[in-house]
Amino acid sequence: MTCVVSVPPTLDSDAFDALIADANAAGEQRLLFDARHVRFADPYGMTGLLALGVHFTRDGVPPILQFPQSPDVAGYFTRIGFVAAAEHVFEMHDAPRSRAGESSVLLPITVVGSSDDVHGVIEQLNEHRIGELLSEQLGYSQADAMAFSMLLSEVSQNIVEHADAPGWVGIQTYRRWRRVDKRVVVIAVIDLGVGFRGSLEREHAGRFGERWGDATALEAAFIHGVTRFRDPGRGQGLKQIRRRVGRWGGKIAIRSGTARISDVPEWDDSDPMTTELAPFPGAQILIVLPARSPAPPPEPAPSRPGARPGHVRR
Amino acid sequence: MLHGRKVAPLPIDLSHVGRRSVTSLFSNLVTRPTGRAIRTGVESQIAEMEGAPQVTLSILDFGQVRVLDYSCADEIVAKLLLRYLGDERPAEAFFIVRNLHEHHAEAIEAVLERHELLLVAVTDAEGPELLGVTDPAQRAVWEALVRRGRASRAELADDTGLPREAVTAVLAHFYLKRVAAVHVDGTVSPLSAFLQE
Repeated sequence: MTCVVSVPPTLDSDAFDALIADANAAGEQRLLFDARHVRFADPYGMTGLLALGVHFTRDGVPPILQFPQSPDVAGYFTRIGFVAAAEHVFEMHDAPRSRAGESSVLLPITVVGSSDDVHGVIEQLNEHRIGELLSEQLGYSQADAMAFSMLLSEVSQNIVEHADAPGWVGIQTYRRWRRVDKRVVVIAVIDLGVGFRGSLEREHAGRFGERWGDATALEAAFIHGVTRFRDPGRGQGLKQIRRRVGRWGGKIAIRSGTARISDVPEWDDSDPMTTELAPFPGAQILIVLPARSPAPPPEPAPSRPGARPGHVRR
Repeated sequence: MLHGRKVAPLPIDLSHVGRRSVTSLFSNLVTRPTGRAIRTGVESQIAEMEGAPQVTLSILDFGQVRVLDYSCADEIVAKLLLRYLGDERPAEAFFIVRNLHEHHAEAIEAVLERHELLLVAVTDAEGPELLGVTDPAQRAVWEALVRRGRASRAELADDTGLPREAVTAVLAHFYLKRVAAVHVDGTVSPLSAFLQE
């Protein structure tokens, strides 16, 4: 039996939570992710879909994925590197063809499983002229651009250092974001590793007693810099990331297990801590950084048809 | 106190610093393995210079570095300083960083704060800067020390308006953190002064 899981038209962090719940409800059945009606997808939604594909592979049989019907959206799935990454994750029959060299995204979906991969991410950012892009589109200074690379390095290393499993990183800019009438950068870093609870359990669970769980583990790492390592220099990467995101007026949210913890800026209305989410392994990090200029700069003339998917806010 | 490690409280005479190692760093300094590799290289460089009972002034040049992340800064800067501050240090080595950019300083300041360390930074354009967490008395003494280049306790007390005991306490802190050193006549210089000798 195959169970169809409908992918919501907006494939983002909310959709990811809903997809986990639906997929968990299917039990041991093979899954078919029906993304035909997707009209908008961000890096978090797409890397999350990849994670779902890996997690719900049963006895070596991967789930089936149906791609968006909209040519614009399907093209976007190609440009951001989703199709290439999905080839080893899903059974696909209608995948749009990848065309080399056509990516216009800030960082295509990239697998991170080692320190070398983190170097690769930073090199890619350099190749994509991250400084110029952040300066032109978001009003960031050259020093900000370097700090952005530093932030991305730290957040990607989180996978290597703590997950004990590979993950994915993706970045995209959007003209508007939900209620934010500014250009934003969306960063997604997702893995299927041991998660925060698993990473900290052996060293720290005892002192939390019955309170120990996904939420307390997230709180310990996110707020207090607790880590499984005894080295006092460890556990500070997240602190630096939070400090930098806060300075830029951005949002950071980390989902792990059944909980999500967030630093919530004034433009966002999510809860600082959400519990009792549908369980999912690993850690999923979302960072949203708004432009420093008050309004989005003029939209450049489209370079080719289909450069932007459907009604997306990119 | 450096996380439980004892440090040598005695000042070290750097007036005859005869050995200098310059390590020019470049590219993207990210990830802990990269930092560990660089630290090992610097330690080897210092070890190879050992032999005579002289001290080494090791200069880490960040002029060609693009990205420096916190993890790499922790592995290179913090761990190098900690290793050569401790009682079991493999050699007498002092460290100065050169040509830091604003975005490098952020990562380095963070690791210095975390480990309660101090570090001298120099650039071609500006005077020596003391990185790390300092209080107003320490900043005043540092600025006076840099202005004079070499000073007695009495001179520093006069310059800063601080009591001599307070100056003595600050200098003791600077010796412990290895950002200043005494000459044989008892006068004191910031570590950066030895670059010109």
